[in-house]
Amino acid sequence: MERNMMIAGSGGQGVMMMGKLLAEAVCSSTDLNVTFFPSYGAEQRGGTANCYVVISDEAIGAPLGDEMDEMVVMNDLSLDKFLQKLVSGGTLFINSTIVKAPEDRDDITVIEVPATQMALELGSPKVLNIIMLGVYIGYTGALDEQLMLQGILQKLAGKPKLIPLNEKAFARGLEIGKACRQSSETR
Amino acid sequence: MSEKRVFMKGCEAIAEAAVRSGCRFFAGYPITPQNEIPEYFARRLPEVGGHFVQGESELASVNMVYGAASTGTRAMTSSSSCGISLKSEGVSFCASARIPMVYCNISRGGPGIGSIQPSQQDYAQATRASGNGGFRMMVFAPGDVQEAVDMTYAAFDYAQRDRNPVLILGDGVLGTIMEPVVLPPMRSEEEVRRLKDELRDWALVGHDPKKEERAFILPGGWSTKRQEQTCINNAALYDSWVKDVQVETIGLEDAEVVVTGYGISGRIARSAVNKLRAEGARVGYIRPKTVSPFPYETFEKLDYSRVKAILDVEMSIPALMKLDVELAVKDRTRIETCLHAGGEIMSSREVEAAIRALLQGGRTE
Repeated sequence: MERNMMIAGSGGQGVMMMGKLLAEAVCSSTDLNVTFFPSYGAEQRGGTANCYVVISDEAIGAPLGDEMDEMVVMNDLSLDKFLQKLVSGGTLFINSTIVKAPEDRDDITVIEVPATQMALELGSPKVLNIIMLGVYIGYTGALDEQLMLQGILQKLAGKPKLIPLNEKAFARGLEIGKACRQSSETR
Repeated sequence: MSEKRVFMKGCEAIAEAAVRSGCRFFAGYPITPQNEIPEYFARRLPEVGGHFVQGESELASVNMVYGAASTGTRAMTSSSSCGISLKSEGVSFCASARIPMVYCNISRGGPGIGSIQPSQQDYAQATRASGNGGFRMMVFAPGDVQEAVDMTYAAFDYAQRDRNPVLILGDGVLGTIMEPVVLPPMRSEEEVRRLKDELRDWALVGHDPKKEERAFILPGGWSTKRQEQTCINNAALYDSWVKDVQVETIGLEDAEVVVTGYGISGRIARSAVNKLRAEGARVGYIRPKTVSPFPYETFEKLDYSRVKAILDVEMSIPALMKLDVELAVKDRTRIETCLHAGGEIMSSREVEAAIRALLQGGRTE
């Protein structure tokens, strides 16, 4: 089975880091094939940034494409630009603090997470991506949550002060993702 | 679970593979989308006693590699498209003087300064005219990061075997994508030294003029007879590469439509081919892994009473690899194309649509 996902937002929102954390964790903790493909303009902050992660138990052909199973969107601009890539039956995760849910797609599942607001409440807007990663893992189960957490902790090995905040952010996201999954299954 | 898998970016994996193969000198000049190659070398080479130089230009850096490789040191440079054009003089000199160096083109949109996005518009330059004088090189076209690693590692051995430059022809997707790779073993310092010593006969190592013959690095001379002989010797070397062809094929035994592409386009096209074959469609696939030498024989062996079309998939307009396919196919079937250029990336859906059109007897354009 092949899972195609895309993360899109603006530079500085941690879009690339989120994709890389996921892909790296899949590489180091499973036998699956995985690709991470970044795409961005020349800007470090403020421009559009997006990346593709493909996870498969077979050889991966195209590392990017026009048919995404899942999409994480962090700003409005990216939603307008990329929503057409999300397949019918796909799942859209939006940062609902700043992104409005699309009105013209009743063929997809939308998971709304006020991630920017949550990040600010936790104490740093920088953990926006870790919250979204938690939601994504909690909802999709694309990777075991413990393995994902290990990946995050490994990344932070050189910055131990940041660990508690990121652990909290991941746990909060995970909780929301799982709750959304449960309610979608009982619906 | 494989313990040895590491998650690496194409550019960085290429640089690491080069170091493991024994590369101890790199000179380059920044250009997107290959900056992670020099960046990685800058940190890594000092760790293994090697040297990294950021030259003042492409021309300076390729000539530093010319110099370093003239001493038998495994040396490399890299650039992207328009930067590769600037290096062409130095590469031609290396080819004339028969210097074993390796270089890498992480190509981008062209012509001219073009765009910084992935493209495959340097095929003809890579395989036919990487500089003046009609020289040839072995040109490897990796389709994924693992191949890029394996091919870079081997490239230094081919360069040394032939005393000739070798080119790794990548593109912006291969350079920036991250994938799991298994890295080849690190050659020991003794082994790297031994490989260099093997070149002592001709390399500029400081021969003792009283005991040994002096070495000369000559990219040309006054004698036309001698220069002609150089060309004859070179041509014989190029002809010998037919044994070194590398190619991936799928389903040629029953194919009615054969899809061909190299590098990233080849990889993307493979997705479409596999999908259609799973539906029972008679689609075949040829991906040249070496584009020089080109796998003419694989096309030669196709059953042209059954193959009703070949689909050439490239991120180049006009199509460039198509010229090699035409040489191989010799009008025995029609050749259609599925193309992008300028930094626009191929999608497997487009390739799939083009194959379906051909299977139904239609055309792609």
